Amino acid sequence: MGTLSSTRTYWLRISLAVVVFIAFVVVVNVAAHGAFLEPSNLIMVLRQITYNCILGVGQTFVIITAGIDLSVGSLASMTGVIMALFANAVHLHGIALVLATLAVGVAVGALAGYVNALPVVRLNLPPFITTIAMLQMALGLSYIFSHGQPIALRSSAFTNLGIGTLFGSVLGPLHLPSLPVPVIWMIAVLVIASVLLTKTRFGRYVFAIGGNEEAARLAGVNVIRVKTLVYVISGVCAAIVGFLYMALFSSGSPQTGTGDELLESIAAVVVGGTSLMGGRGSIIGTFFGALLIGSLYNAMNLLNIDSYLQKVVLGAVILLAVVLDELRKRYLARSA
Amino acid sequence: MRGIGKSFPGVRALDGVSLTLSAGEVLALVGENGAGKSTLMKILAGATPADSGTILVDGVLVRIDGPRAAEALGIGMIYQEFNLVPELGVVENIVLGNEPTRSGLLDAAAATDRARRVLEELGIDLALHTPVGRLAIAGQQMVEIAKAFTRKARIIVMDEPSAALSEREIERLFALIERLRAGGVGIIYISHRMEEIARIADRVTVLRDGRVIETRAVTAFPQDEIVQAMVGRRLDAHFPELPPVAADAPTVLEVRGLRRQPVVGPLSFQVRAGEILGLAGLIGAGRTEILRAIAGADRAQSGEVEIDGAAVRIRRPSDAIEHGVAFITEDRKAQGLVLGMSVRENVTLAHLAHFVNRWQLVDRAAEAHATAGMIDELHIRTPGTEQLVRNLSGGNQQKVVLAKWLLGKARILLFDEPTRGIDVAAKAEIYQLMVNLVRNGAAIVMVSSELPEVLGMAHRILAIRAGRIAAEFSHNDATPAAVMAAATGAAA
Repeated sequence: MGTLSSTRTYWLRISLAVVVFIAFVVVVNVAAHGAFLEPSNLIMVLRQITYNCILGVGQTFVIITAGIDLSVGSLASMTGVIMALFANAVHLHGIALVLATLAVGVAVGALAGYVNALPVVRLNLPPFITTIAMLQMALGLSYIFSHGQPIALRSSAFTNLGIGTLFGSVLGPLHLPSLPVPVIWMIAVLVIASVLLTKTRFGRYVFAIGGNEEAARLAGVNVIRVKTLVYVISGVCAAIVGFLYMALFSSGSPQTGTGDELLESIAAVVVGGTSLMGGRGSIIGTFFGALLIGSLYNAMNLLNIDSYLQKVVLGAVILLAVVLDELRKRYLARSA
Repeated sequence: MRGIGKSFPGVRALDGVSLTLSAGEVLALVGENGAGKSTLMKILAGATPADSGTILVDGVLVRIDGPRAAEALGIGMIYQEFNLVPELGVVENIVLGNEPTRSGLLDAAAATDRARRVLEELGIDLALHTPVGRLAIAGQQMVEIAKAFTRKARIIVMDEPSAALSEREIERLFALIERLRAGGVGIIYISHRMEEIARIADRVTVLRDGRVIETRAVTAFPQDEIVQAMVGRRLDAHFPELPPVAADAPTVLEVRGLRRQPVVGPLSFQVRAGEILGLAGLIGAGRTEILRAIAGADRAQSGEVEIDGAAVRIRRPSDAIEHGVAFITEDRKAQGLVLGMSVRENVTLAHLAHFVNRWQLVDRAAEAHATAGMIDELHIRTPGTEQLVRNLSGGNQQKVVLAKWLLGKARILLFDEPTRGIDVAAKAEIYQLMVNLVRNGAAIVMVSSELPEVLGMAHRILAIRAGRIAAEFSHNDATPAAVMAAATGAAA
C-alpha cells in the first residue's frame, strides 16, 4: 500500500456514491441559491432518509452474500401493526412499555428473517422468490391483524421517539437545529452494522460467502449459520423501521412501509457500491446511497420539479450510478 | 488433420498433430489426462481455433471457425456432458435448431416423423416424447448420437462414451456404432478402456504431451504396448529427494471401508507420519471424491476414519479442520480462494478465531503479521498483505491456498492436483514444501493426474480405478507403465 498507483486510484476505490454526492451537492446548492445547504434543510434530508437507510443497512448484509430480501417493506408494516397491538394490550407504561414493544417487534422481525432464510440455506432456493412469498404473507397478515385500519397507539410514550429531537440545548446556541430522534437511531444502526460487518468474524464470513461460497465452506465457515443471520439482521432492521414509523404516526398501519421503501432501499445499497453479485459492499456506502437519493428528492423539491418527473430523474440517477460503478471496476481491473 | 498446433499461456497443448480417418472406420484416440485429446477434438469441432495446421475433409482444405462450420462439414461431437435440453422431448431435441416448419409455424408431425425415421434407422428404441432429462444416461447419449446423425454427420467424435454406461448399455452402444460404421460414418472413439478399444476400434492413435506417438492397426498393437506408448519415457522433472519414513512412524490417518456412492469404494488405506501417499488414476476414477469425503466436503455413506488411532466423525469441513486435516482443493479459483479478497483475508479465513481480541473483534494487525510471516516462509510474490488474490499469478495463488492451511498447523494434508496450472519454478517450491512438511511429521495424501509427479513425490502409490484400489506400489517399484496399466485395467 501507499504506492503511487494506489493513491492515484484511491478516489476511485472509495464508494462512488461519495464522489457523485459531493459533485451533486455543489451543483444543487448553487442552483437553489444556498437553500440546500441550510442546516435545517440538511437535517430534514437526514430525517427523511432514516427509514430507507435502516432498511438498506439490513439489505446490505443480505446482498453482500449475493442474496436479496424483498420482504423488508411489508415486514416493517407487519411488525408495526403487531407492536401497536401489543402496546395497546399490555399494562406497562413509559420506558418499560417502549422497550417491551421494541423487543416484541425485533423478535417478530428476527423470526420472519429466519423463515426467509430457511428455504434459502436448506434447499438452496433463490431468495428472490422466497422473500417475495414473505412479502405477500407479511402484507396479508398486517391487514388481517389490523382489519385494514391503522391502530392508534393509546400511550403517548412513543411520541418522542417519532418526532422528538435531542441536543437542542447544545446545538441551539450554535445556531444549529437539534437532532431528530430517528436520525440518532439511524446513526446507531449504522455504527453497529459497520462494526459488525468490518470488525467481526461474522462480517468477514459474510464477504467470504458472497465472494466464493464453496471456498468459505471448505475453510470451515458455517455457511448455513452466517446466511441465516444475514436474513435475521435484515428482518430486525425492518422491525426497527416498523417501530420508528409507528412512533412517527402514533399508530401501526398496514399501509406504511409498503410504498417505495423496498425499491429505494435496494437502490440505496446498489448506488452505495454494494455488488448484487455479492462479495463487495459497505455500510457507509449504503448510507451515502440513501443520502444521494434523499438529497435528490429534496433538491428537486427545492427546485420545484414536477413530482412525476422526479421519478424519472431518480431512475436515471440509479442507472447512471450502477453504470459508472461498472465502468470504474473495469478501469481498475485494467490498471491492476 | 495435418500438423495441428495449439498453445495456451505457458503450455504447448498440441505440437504438430496429424491424424486421418476413413469412412466407415473407428479410430481409437488414447492418451493420458492432459495429453491433448480434448484440445484436438475441440479444434475439430470448431470450439477453439488451432494456432497452426490444416484440416481436410474429403481431401478438401476446410476452415472450421465455429461449431456451425463443423456441423456444416458433417462433424458431430458427443461430449461427456450432453448438449441436450432436459425439459424437451426426444423429438424436440433431435430436431433442435433445425425444426421443420410449415408457413412459419412449427410442424410437429414432420418433426416426429423425421425423428422416428432416424431412430429406426439406428435401431434405437426410445419413447418419442419423453423429456430427455428423464432418460437414463445411455438414453440421452443415444439421443445425442441421433441428433448428430440427423445433421448428416459423417464424422462423429465420442468422448469416453462408455464412461457412465453399464455393461448392457455398452453393448447397445457398440451395436449402434456398428450401424453407423456400416453407413459409412467415420468415428473417433476416445477411451481409456483397453478391452473396448480392442473390440471396437480399427486403428489406435496414441497421443502424449501434445504429440502423436504412434498409430497402428488395433490387431497389431498389443495392450501393453499401447500403455507403454501412452506413458512413454519422459524427462523427469526435478523432484526433491523424499526423506525416508521412519520404521516406527505411527499411523496418523486410517480410512476403513470408505464408501460414497456412486463413485467411491469401499476402500481402506492408512498413512503414516512423514509419509506421502499418492493416489494415481484417471479422471473420473473417484480420487477427488475420496479426499472430499475425508475432508468433510461431502458426506460419506459409510466408513470409518481414525486419526492418531482414535475414531473421529467428520461431517463438515470445520470438523476436519479441528482434527488438523487440511484439504487443498484441485480448483483453487472455484474452491480454494475468495478472489476478490486480499491475501490477508484469504490466509486467515480458515482460522479467523485465532485472530480476535477480547472484544471478539478481528485484530487486523495480528492478521497482517501472521500473513507477512507466511508470505516470507512460502516466498509468495505479492506487493503486500493487502493485494487482492485475483491479481496474483497461479503459482502464488496456490501458495496462498497452502498458507491458509499451514497457518493452522495441519498435520494431515490432502493435496488435490497440487501443481495444476502453475509454472515449473513454483512447482519445485511446492514439492520442496511438501518434503519439509513430511520431514516435520505431517502425513500427506496427494492426488495427481501427472504420473511423474505421483511417482516422484510419493512414498507409496495407490492406483485407483472405479473408486477402488486397483493396485499398490512402493516408490521404488512403481513404473509408469505398471501404474497406468492398473489404473486403466489393461492386461499388462
